[in-house]
Amino acid sequence: MPSPRSGELLAHTGVRPTTGGAPVPDPAGGPAGAAAVDSARLRRRARLRRRITENLTAYGLLCAALVVFALFSWYPIVRGLLLSFQQVDFVNAATWVGLDNFVRLFDDPLFGVAWRNTLLFTALALLLGFAVPFAVAVLLNELRHARAYFRLVIYLPVMLPPVVTALLWKWFYDPGPGLFNGVLGAVGLPGGQWLDSSSTAMLSLVLVSTWANMGSTTLIYLAALQTIPGDLYEAAELDGAGVWRRLWHVTVPQTRFVLLVLLLLQVVATMQVFTEPYVMTGGGPDDSTVTVLLLLYRYAFVYNDFGMASAMSLLLFVALGVFSACYVRLTKSTD
Amino acid sequence: MKTVWTRRIAALAVAGLATATVACGTGSSGDQTADGKIRITVNGQPPQTQEFERRIFDEDIAEFERTHPDIDVEPHEGFMDPKVFSAKLAGGQLEDVYYVYFTDPAQIIARRQAADITDAVKDLPHVTDIQPALLDNFRDANGKLYGLPTANYSMGLLYSRPLFQRAGLDPDHPPTTWEEVRAAAKKISDLGGGVVGYADYSKNNQGGWHFTSWMYSLGGQIARRDGETWKADFNNDKGRAALTYLRQMRWDDNSMGSKQLLEAADVQRMMGAGQLGMYLAAPDNVPVLVKQFGGNYADYGLAGLPGGKGTLLGGEGYMINPKASPAKIKAGLTYLQWKYLNPDRFDSFVKRFADGGQPVGLPAQPTPDIWQGAVREQQERVKASYANVPAQNYAPYLASATTVKGSIEPPNAQQVYAALDSLMQAVLTDQGADITTLLTEAESKVNNALAQIR
Repeated sequence: MPSPRSGELLAHTGVRPTTGGAPVPDPAGGPAGAAAVDSARLRRRARLRRRITENLTAYGLLCAALVVFALFSWYPIVRGLLLSFQQVDFVNAATWVGLDNFVRLFDDPLFGVAWRNTLLFTALALLLGFAVPFAVAVLLNELRHARAYFRLVIYLPVMLPPVVTALLWKWFYDPGPGLFNGVLGAVGLPGGQWLDSSSTAMLSLVLVSTWANMGSTTLIYLAALQTIPGDLYEAAELDGAGVWRRLWHVTVPQTRFVLLVLLLLQVVATMQVFTEPYVMTGGGPDDSTVTVLLLLYRYAFVYNDFGMASAMSLLLFVALGVFSACYVRLTKSTD
Repeated sequence: MKTVWTRRIAALAVAGLATATVACGTGSSGDQTADGKIRITVNGQPPQTQEFERRIFDEDIAEFERTHPDIDVEPHEGFMDPKVFSAKLAGGQLEDVYYVYFTDPAQIIARRQAADITDAVKDLPHVTDIQPALLDNFRDANGKLYGLPTANYSMGLLYSRPLFQRAGLDPDHPPTTWEEVRAAAKKISDLGGGVVGYADYSKNNQGGWHFTSWMYSLGGQIARRDGETWKADFNNDKGRAALTYLRQMRWDDNSMGSKQLLEAADVQRMMGAGQLGMYLAAPDNVPVLVKQFGGNYADYGLAGLPGGKGTLLGGEGYMINPKASPAKIKAGLTYLQWKYLNPDRFDSFVKRFADGGQPVGLPAQPTPDIWQGAVREQQERVKASYANVPAQNYAPYLASATTVKGSIEPPNAQQVYAALDSLMQAVLTDQGADITTLLTEAESKVNNALAQIR
């Protein structure tokens, strides 16, 4: 039977002493034990109260953030999830339609087209938007002079509002008086149809998006490159490695983590391409630039069918989620 | 000290939440103001940048409130914006009386987002003087009425009189068939200097909208009712004929220019600059060409849609919030009739436009072509007495308006138009496009869009 003292000790440490795994006698076994536990409980409660009051300011501040997140982020997410199984007109109560919205999505011939186009955009954007900034970063890293100047030049397009970029490039691409065909004509080359042809429209959009976004990626690569210790290159050079072998055996492995993170981020971002097709082509010509988000936008804000739009966004969310999960598994297993 | 602060913060958070909750709930105000008037909110107020139109609108509201002391009108700027329509409705912010294009009512009615006014208009004067086809645009399948038309811009052929003259064509006898349009376009583009004979839209659903006009002009349609459902109805001789004319003008005659994927503003710019012979347009395009694209009223002629077998009705009107009380519906309809459908005000209304140096004489604002019978004649007389633009240039259009059958848009119009856009794009951008394949593909897309009507 433990004494009140030992009860106090127990309350103080908050840990039950164990004797080599043997069962400890129940402290609440007798009247004396009960009193000890009561006072221990009181003390614990007092400590808890003190801790809460001390942290209340923090909780109060957190509360505001929680309210904002709940109102503007979590609630819309949950609502969107529910909407994808409902039919709504915002006048009468929503009706549950089960998987009807999804069935109608799969029935829409543009549904497959939109996914194909989006994957094409993502593939092209990765090909260009992943390799080009890396090459530029390696080049910038090798520069001895004017590095700051080139860094600024590369980053400038990021500072243009996306719609301005899109409108600017729309003029570049104009098959009549546009910049590109003007330059091509001046050197005696035939002009292209750019956005006006279903075979070149998507590539044209990828060029715009790469131009507009490569500044940030380049800077991140550059920062990663500058963390590589110089002696690694020296050692490689002493071993007789040329430029390409140094790139392959030192630079790439050393920046591997940054490369992988940016790859994931770029896939997530490019799968959600919207501004360029919305402003520049409206999805044409011949539906060749209808992307998942553009179609989603049409469902919601042109056809006012929020059920279908929510179903579409749920599918995109799942697709990106599955991709991210695979990616995380993959990177973990290679570590 | 600390507890005081935490209490204050907690109070602030609660207050913030409460404000947010209240803000969400104050969309629909009560029926009546403090002095017992019925209060209605209306939109369609022109922006302040359109000085003249805004002044006329505000004067009208003031006069209406003076002559109807029991109604208080709260005007809002803005017209129909599908992007915010549902959000406004859901949030209780939609006006009691709201503006729509002719493309909107079918879907709005299907989604039960407008009030049934069938019984409420029974006592309203002059509703029976409105052209029935225009009213039909606001009816459901059972004939119930959900809105009133206030303007009608049926599709016609807008042409450049100076270019007709230069090409040796008679501007007083515009083409009446597509064969004649094709021949005229060829002659006009042969003038050279970047002049385009005929232009058409193919972007942002406007291509589908114009293809619909083509089909109607040839006596065809886009969709037909098949029992309870709708089916695409353009994969036939008429559809092939329309696309063949377009392909011949674009590729065989080279009379449509090389730049395609055009939308309204592109084509209007060409017309305003005197670089375009003809395009499909409604009368409301004429003031736009003059005011925004530097054209002259004397330069434009307006004819009925070539083919002469039908035309696409376009226009605008107003519908009533489904949540409005009967008292509000009554007040809203009184306002609509007084302001937009009022033969008693024809003279004074048109005079203000003429005095303000605004164009009078077009079958558009301030004399929209929405009436029939005696009221139509009354309006024509007022129009003639104040006309300050060459009204005779639009005579071919007006003549056809009385004889040609106008049809409303296909159901689920925007989605159908999106599918038809690619049809226009393919014919105008791909010389080798196979018309039969294109029509079959578009048919399945449109059938899918039509299948979503519930």
